[in-house]
Amino acid sequence: MTESYLLKNLRAVRGRAYPRLIGSTREPSWFIFDVILPLFTIAGYAYVYKFLDARAELIGYVVLGGAMTAFWLNILWSMASQLYWEKEIGNLPLYLMAPISRMSILAGMAVGGLFETTIQAAMTLAIGAIAFNVVFSLASPVMLIVVFVVTMIALYGMGMMFASLYLLLGREAYHLSALMMEPVYFASGFYFPVKHLGFWAAAGASIIPITLGLDALRQIIFPGGTEDAFLSLNTEVALLSGLCVVFMILSRYALRYMEYLGKTTGRLTLRWQ
Amino acid sequence: MPHAVETQSLTRIFRPKKKKEGSVVTALDSVDLRIERGELFGVLGPNGAGKTTLLKILSTLLLPTSGKAYVAGLDVEKDLTAVRERINMVSGGEISGYGLLTVRENLWMFSQFYGIKSKEAHARIEELLARFGLSSKAKAKVRTLSTGERQKMNVIRGFVTNPEIVFLDEPTLGLDVNAARAVRDFVMDWVQSDRNRTVLLTTHYMMEADELCDRIAIIDGGKILACDTPNNLKKTVKMNTTLTLSVYGLGGINGFDNIPGLNSYTSYKDVESGTTKLRFVLEDESCVSEIVSEVVSKGSRIMSLQKTEPTLEDVFIKLVGRGLA
Ligand SMILES: Nc1ncnc2c1ncn2[C@@H]1O[C@H](COP(=O)(O)OP(=O)(O)O)[C@@H](O)[C@H]1O
Ligand SMILES: [Mg+2]
Repeated sequence: MTESYLLKNLRAVRGRAYPRLIGSTREPSWFIFDVILPLFTIAGYAYVYKFLDARAELIGYVVLGGAMTAFWLNILWSMASQLYWEKEIGNLPLYLMAPISRMSILAGMAVGGLFETTIQAAMTLAIGAIAFNVVFSLASPVMLIVVFVVTMIALYGMGMMFASLYLLLGREAYHLSALMMEPVYFASGFYFPVKHLGFWAAAGASIIPITLGLDALRQIIFPGGTEDAFLSLNTEVALLSGLCVVFMILSRYALRYMEYLGKTTGRLTLRWQ
Repeated sequence: MPHAVETQSLTRIFRPKKKKEGSVVTALDSVDLRIERGELFGVLGPNGAGKTTLLKILSTLLLPTSGKAYVAGLDVEKDLTAVRERINMVSGGEISGYGLLTVRENLWMFSQFYGIKSKEAHARIEELLARFGLSSKAKAKVRTLSTGERQKMNVIRGFVTNPEIVFLDEPTLGLDVNAARAVRDFVMDWVQSDRNRTVLLTTHYMMEADELCDRIAIIDGGKILACDTPNNLKKTVKMNTTLTLSVYGLGGINGFDNIPGLNSYTSYKDVESGTTKLRFVLEDESCVSEIVSEVVSKGSRIMSLQKTEPTLEDVFIKLVGRGLA
């Protein structure tokens, strides 16, 4: 791989990220849908914990989990279905014809989506934290960044893999996204510490990177967070790093398979089928 | 220098996933083509002839079932990146891009997939927008464009990456006369301004192929039925060019007998108006000037002149046995 090839691909990543970055400034309705609406669910859980006189951390967990739902929604509704959508609007052949790695296109979508979603999640987190007097105690800022980065790489790697799989499934894939919303909110412990599901259930849910990521973040930013931890922080970071590698490889493989199938059947570059 | 495009017995068969979903289609059937650098080459054929399938294979989007295809001497199945760096493609009725981006942003985005430096890309974009009279729309959202404007933008997208070989799949499909004219003029200028540039264009508009293309391949049912210059193709039709003149005050007609290249002629004099209608069947079109000077030398005035010659439609009917629907 020559340096210029790398540079070309970086430009491609930036090119594909651009519409996502600019998109949110052009359609400000995201503030309602992606920042305000999650606050209602957060408020619901927060009040339940409050009335039960639960430990203060629990409300903090809910606010953080509620803010993090934005990433899962972004994976399901933007990343996973994106290639299918690109096919429908006729962009897919143009991407497949370009002299760059297809992974750069997916990476561009991911980078754009991640950036946009991080802003939304941060806003939800900030508003939620103020509304419910959440107390943070950041033990290690470096660790916070490390955990966030590995969680996001693994999560968006999973999203990139979904993108190719959804393309193969076609229209039906939309149902899959709907099916993976509430069950994952539950299984990944968005609103409670996942450890309470029991070891094997929590271990199973850990295939979704946000499960371990959320558990690790809670350990880092809440006092007493380690008591509710599923696994030790280092173990979780190690496992998340493993998921990064696994999902990157799988997404690359899925993309290749998708492209190969498209080239042999001719279905991927057909519109309106 | 290798050919811009070369195919050898290129065949593509589509098999339905399940039996009941249709039958096996041979979209391309042993296609042999050689397109030189610098040519504006047309593939003319009706819907379903296999035109798009050919372009998809050449642009690395589809694999052949058998046979070979080379673009700039590179194998389209193996040298993927090298082929892709040299080509681009624009299709008629294309709706690519993102509606919330402006025209300029959209073009920039697509240029980035070719790794072009932003500054260079922007310079080319401005130049091409101006060339198409679209500069005033640079900041317009893509979703607000008319069909013609949108297709002009698509054409710019195809050329902004500075390709060597451009594939145009029915590029004027559904455009009004002016927009189609703008696209055709641009494509002709583009090819002519550099001998290394090649365009492979598909169309089902006979006039477009005739007007634009240096050579034309006529395709039907996946087979290339003929491939030559428009004039040579027309010569294969056993229908002679005729010249019809309406002349005032014609003295005599015996002067026409000795004009070489003239097959036969008829004359009909309308006594009342004093005009004579002359109809010449030409074997060689170069005798037109001699006929005209013969008429004028007799002191007569030409009131009207009309030449009819075989069209590509006639060529197509001869080859296929039906019109180019
Ligand atoms: N992906 C595909 N699957 C099955 N049949 C196809 C596919 N693409 C094209 N065909 C068939 O191949 C033939 C040629 O199609 P195409 O190349 O699109 O023709 P044209 O572009 O000349 O109109 C048609 O009969 C069409 O139905
Ligand atoms: Mg077609």
